[in-house]
Amino acid sequence: MRSDLRLDATFAALADPTRRAILARLATGEASVAELAAPFEMSQPAISKHLKVLERAGLISIGQDAQRRPRKLEVKPLEEAVDWIERYREIWAANYERLDALLEELQAKPAKRKRK
Amino acid sequence: MSKPLQVTLPSDREVRVVRSFNAPRQLVWDAHTKPALIQKWMLGPPGWSMPVCEMDVREGGKYRWRWRSDEDGKEFGFFGEFKQVNAPAKLAHAEHYDPGDVGGAMDVSEPAIITSEFVEANGVTTLTVTMLFASKEIRDGAVSTGMTDGMEMGYARLDETFKAQAA
Repeated sequence: MRSDLRLDATFAALADPTRRAILARLATGEASVAELAAPFEMSQPAISKHLKVLERAGLISIGQDAQRRPRKLEVKPLEEAVDWIERYREIWAANYERLDALLEELQAKPAKRKRK
Repeated sequence: MSKPLQVTLPSDREVRVVRSFNAPRQLVWDAHTKPALIQKWMLGPPGWSMPVCEMDVREGGKYRWRWRSDEDGKEFGFFGEFKQVNAPAKLAHAEHYDPGDVGGAMDVSEPAIITSEFVEANGVTTLTVTMLFASKEIRDGAVSTGMTDGMEMGYARLDETFKAQAA
């Protein structure tokens, strides 16, 4: 998948609070559909729908155990999403760090002049 | 120590950035309205400089900013008009993207409205920049191809997810 389309899928999948909660749960280890459904007041089919969205976005996969079919977290697309946000953030952060230095310099100047 | 930078998406059409500075409000205001100062810090990604920074800071006054890549000389920028100038508390301007020779899929017909608010308390100035785009699509395009509400979950929460995963 093209990386920007993949980011679209990732962000769309992350836009729902239930799906984020599912990811947070899976971050602590793999879980079956029943285990994932337990904390939510939702039917298993409703949870399965969310799982499908997450699966399509590549955010989760189905583990080895053929009977339990546990879901597990796939970190790579999340990392790509975070990398992307981080790049945007870094531009602002770097600008503002330069501004910090400039503000410090501007505040130091009048003091210097007084001392002379 | 630099202060934390907050980036949020308060609505479908907005991006908000909040940052505090250890400086009086007037100074932070100057650093946002005087070209000679702006050109020292508003440089964007590494390897870019800001050769053009023209600003007529009054209501109805125009501005033009341009950045240039040191590596290949490519340029892009922003231009527009000041809508509200209330020194040193609030500055609002209408902003058009100038794709230069960098390009970009952004719709340039509709400006974004950028509002900067400066609030000082105990010698610390908090700057809140709210960017209001003409549509959600333009906002998403402005920040990247493919950003959606998902970003709202915040970096911190994602970081936690990764930490838990790594543990």
